Amino acid sequence: MERRGSLLLFSVLCFGIAILYIPILVLIGYSFNASPLVNVWGGFSTNWYGQLWHNRQLLEAALLSLEVAVSASTGAVILGTLAAVALVRFARFPGRLLLTGMVNAPLVMPEIITGITQLLLFVSMVQLLSWPHRGFTTIVISHVTFCTAYVTITVQARLASADRSLEEAAMDLGAGPTRAFLEITLPIIAPAIVSSWLLCFTLSLDDLVISSFVSGPGASTLPMVIYSKVKLGVSPDINALASLIVCGVGALILTAGWVLRRAERRRRLEVQLAEQ
Amino acid sequence: MKTSGSRGRWLIILPPLVFLLLFFLIPFAFAFKISLAQTAAHVPPYTDVLQVTPEHHWRLVATLANYRYLLTDELYGAAYLFSLRTAFFSTLICLALGYPMAYAIARAPRATQSVLLLVIMLPFWTSFLLRVYALEGIIRDNGLLNTVLLHLGLIEHPLRIMRTNVAVYLGIIYSYLPFMVLPLFATLEKLDPTLLEAAADLGSTPWRAFLDITLPLSVPGMIAGSMLVFIPAVGEFVIPSLLGGPNNLMIGRVLWDEFFGNHDWPAAAAVAIAFLLLLVGPIAIYQYYNVRQLEA
Repeated sequence: MERRGSLLLFSVLCFGIAILYIPILVLIGYSFNASPLVNVWGGFSTNWYGQLWHNRQLLEAALLSLEVAVSASTGAVILGTLAAVALVRFARFPGRLLLTGMVNAPLVMPEIITGITQLLLFVSMVQLLSWPHRGFTTIVISHVTFCTAYVTITVQARLASADRSLEEAAMDLGAGPTRAFLEITLPIIAPAIVSSWLLCFTLSLDDLVISSFVSGPGASTLPMVIYSKVKLGVSPDINALASLIVCGVGALILTAGWVLRRAERRRRLEVQLAEQ
Repeated sequence: MKTSGSRGRWLIILPPLVFLLLFFLIPFAFAFKISLAQTAAHVPPYTDVLQVTPEHHWRLVATLANYRYLLTDELYGAAYLFSLRTAFFSTLICLALGYPMAYAIARAPRATQSVLLLVIMLPFWTSFLLRVYALEGIIRDNGLLNTVLLHLGLIEHPLRIMRTNVAVYLGIIYSYLPFMVLPLFATLEKLDPTLLEAAADLGSTPWRAFLDITLPLSVPGMIAGSMLVFIPAVGEFVIPSLLGGPNNLMIGRVLWDEFFGNHDWPAAAAVAIAFLLLLVGPIAIYQYYNVRQLEA
């Protein structure tokens, strides 16, 4: 019974993982198909990858998306870390419940609703203040809003488990509270900050729904361009682009995870050595 | 940070508070205001709810017509129920598939565990839109699935999956499976193995012990995972739009069409507000009491 149960569990696990990976692997395979027909294998070719470099629309969209992703994740990391510090370190302040709610709500809010309400805000703001123009600015603001939630949750968990006595020791030794925070606590929560920056970067790079609502004419992010092409059916150059993005992001995440783990291990070792 | 005084504190609290207030909460007030307006043929395409008369008096010109329209028009009720049903059944299937996966990972050796978790997490980090697109390569009429099934002689004609509701189910399961596995794993991993040993010592079969001990204790993980799948699935737009048929009525898609197709902003705003009350409201209340219970 026990053996058979384990075997069954293991097969379901393999089946689940296969479901997660086969579509992506098939897509990467198709991206090297020389034939433009999706159901005919015309031999191996990197032709579609070469064509990407001549597609101005795609390149411009990719550049815009990268700019948005870097700005939005940086902004979200700053705001999210501040919110995490406020929620973990300050037990009581006016607006604490409000901040908690606004930090958690974007996680359960359907994107389409966030998108519509933010567009209506921006449109009303333009009427009153003639700012912001729909495009880069509004997309970044919207992305910062939903990304901040992810940063706060990640950093909050890390900060709550951080040892406060180290910071207190630093203050006993004469460091000001700001300096104690920057020199002691910030390095401890740094891995959480880095990984949440990466998460925001990938979420922003991938967002279609919110960007479509808050963007203006002339500002199309990469997912918006991909969506409008994909709507028309499978196309070989999108296969190549998708393979590049999936592999690029995957490699970025794996490398970052590896570096963070090594840094974390070294830090633990140093703490151990220091305590001895 | 105690000594830095209240000025320093507000420097930390205010930026996220003001930003989220301005760009997350206040937009709902504007959406509510516009949901009381009427469509108009100018830019932006709705009437002013607060108008200034020539005598410089404010005048409220609000209408509940959009909400009345939601209640009387069959499309919205049907779309809402259809979305709930689709999300519910795909969540159930995710749970049935994700539970054994999480259980298998929780029982694996520690070194294997972290590799398996990485394998499950990695798709979540890569593009959601592109993964939905990749699924089309599998399930379209001349895709991998049909090719393999035809080749094996299991079917005589290609299965029609693309642009049907089955494709939407497959899309949701495929996209949200990691969200189900992770919280389940977190609960199952924390489970005390001595409880199972005790049950075995007392003569319980493994299956009986699983039903009596593991399953009830993993309910929090099942709820957490189901919420993570169900909530985004209800409002899903990309999956029904790319994989579903032209008549697929997921509410996210109806909302999108109302906005970009019909340019009826007030109606879309009313749908958004109603949807918020019907879906997000109950969840927020549930979460609030859940947190209170945990803190108590």
